[in-house]
Amino acid sequence: MTDYNELLRNGVVKRRLLRKSTNVFMLGLTGALTLLALVPLFWIIGYVVYRGGSNINIALFTQMPRPMGVAGGGVLHAIEGSIIVTILATTFAVVPGVLAAFYASRNPNTPLGVALRFSTDVLSGVPSIIVGLFGYALIVKPEKHYSALAGGVALAVIMLPTIIRTTEEMLKLVPSNLREGSLALGAPEWKTSVSVLLPAALNGVITGVLLSVARAAGETAPLLFTTLGNDRFDVGAIVSSGITNHQSIFAIIGRIFNSPIDSLPLTLWKYAQQPYPERVNQAWAVAFVLLVLVLATNIIARVWIELRKRKLRG
Amino acid sequence: MYLQNLSNLRKIMKISTTKKNDVLKKIRQLFNHGDRPWNGLIIIMSVIVLVLMLAIGYMLWQQSALSRVKFGWGFLVPTNNPTWDPYNDIFQAWPFIYGTLMTSFVALLLALPISLGIAIFLAELCPAWLRTPLNWLIELLAAIPSVIYGLWGIFIFLPKVVAPIGDALFTAFAAVPVIGPFFAGPIPQSGASRLAASLILAIMIIPTIAAVSRDVFQAIPDSQREAALALGSTEWETIWQVLLPYGLSGILGAIILGLGRALGETMAVTMVIGNSINGSISILKPGYTMASIIANEFAEATSELHTSSLVEIGLILFIITLLLNMLARFLVWSVARKTPSEARA
Repeated sequence: MTDYNELLRNGVVKRRLLRKSTNVFMLGLTGALTLLALVPLFWIIGYVVYRGGSNINIALFTQMPRPMGVAGGGVLHAIEGSIIVTILATTFAVVPGVLAAFYASRNPNTPLGVALRFSTDVLSGVPSIIVGLFGYALIVKPEKHYSALAGGVALAVIMLPTIIRTTEEMLKLVPSNLREGSLALGAPEWKTSVSVLLPAALNGVITGVLLSVARAAGETAPLLFTTLGNDRFDVGAIVSSGITNHQSIFAIIGRIFNSPIDSLPLTLWKYAQQPYPERVNQAWAVAFVLLVLVLATNIIARVWIELRKRKLRG
Repeated sequence: MYLQNLSNLRKIMKISTTKKNDVLKKIRQLFNHGDRPWNGLIIIMSVIVLVLMLAIGYMLWQQSALSRVKFGWGFLVPTNNPTWDPYNDIFQAWPFIYGTLMTSFVALLLALPISLGIAIFLAELCPAWLRTPLNWLIELLAAIPSVIYGLWGIFIFLPKVVAPIGDALFTAFAAVPVIGPFFAGPIPQSGASRLAASLILAIMIIPTIAAVSRDVFQAIPDSQREAALALGSTEWETIWQVLLPYGLSGILGAIILGLGRALGETMAVTMVIGNSINGSISILKPGYTMASIIANEFAEATSELHTSSLVEIGLILFIITLLLNMLARFLVWSVARKTPSEARA
């Protein structure tokens, strides 16, 4: 007892109490901060679902926009545009991305491998608006008109780093005895890569592509001065006029790729700044569609990649 | 007769197939069983990625030539009375540089403690069953398209959160001598201001900083934790006095990556910052950032010089993000190098 009183007088117990309470307080604080960061997430998702969900209707997906200030109409042009631009970007980005990832996973320490990793990092850090400037200088300026093609190129630049990184990671997860077995059976390197490594990593590669598509589909800045936006864009009209004029299918596709085009995020950006309440309501509905698309792709891709990793690790 | 013909035919065929085999063999040898073209192909694709990065830099440099020659360094010099006059072709970038630096810096200041808290919670404290869902939720925050942040910002966040905070800051600090000018106000009714941009940016960079510093914490070997706990330190003391200094350079890397994201963020900022060119340094005033002036004016630029000035702003932004990225990668790499891979948790 005397011992305890002495300790108390020396402040040892007090200090111990202070340390313990600091511990509990700070650890609790980290949990509270985590919760705080989730507030905007749920606030945004909740509000977009509430406002967007109540403004969603069939016309939004099936009709062209009406003139400003007139109620009704839809954003069919933007849906078509988003699909076209994303398909173009995916076409441009997947093959170089996957092949470069093969190189990066086989030769991480060669000069080109190091340079490749560095440029992947830089590309993923380049502000998306600058990628837009790049698309403008590369395609819009020489061609002297805005086009879906330019937007596709810009989005492909945005997608490349994600594809390279996830593919590389997945290729590294493939057990090395698969590769060695194939090489030992006399298969050349390319055959091993294409028919052994790629199938083994395919799920991961597809996931990487999905994640990058989700990112690209939500991007606005690279499209501002590549596709520009075009609220009269109508695939149906282009195709039917092409058929009546007996144009070849390539000419029709060329016309689609060469015209300025709209996309969902671009439409959302324009509508959000207009004074007409119908347009703002449509902007919320577009936000809802976009959010569902992006989040669903993300969640599916992540679940898939997690399952795959578990399977590969055994 | 028929049989003879047939045997002749066979002979010819045999000869031709062996010849073909020879040629094929030579081709195979030349191509190393297809590996040479394959290697060539993957090397070409890797070089394309490399060239893409260089091409972006070169394009910005080349397209901004007009403005670089005309304005020189004066384009970047700080000024109280900035000119951005498309009618008379006089351009100065200072208000945009200031806007970008100020909003990103404030965003970083706000996001850092929250992100560190999240990283510590996720890496050190969180029960295993909660870890994956929380990781996902934080990453979803990064996946929301930035236009949606902007839309939510304009209609909900600005009037409900930013405007009251701005009013409070104005009444509290506007009269304080030294820092007063930074809080000159009042904040516009709509809430559109540099403060709004900073707050939205803070939300948007939290996932980046949190995820990278979480990885840094997870890369610290368990021996460090065990030693600190065995010496009698509490969990918090272990984190604060042992783990944090150990991973400091990695966390610096995370901060810089977050800063890079904040500097380049375009759409959400353009939608909430109010887009006004002025010489005011106040956080409560509307402003512009480098990315948002490009987004707003590039498609409608009136003259060659106007376009070129906007590209030069892009060039500055590119150079800043490039340098930050290099620094961040170096810092994160230096932590990874310090930690032998077997020792990782």
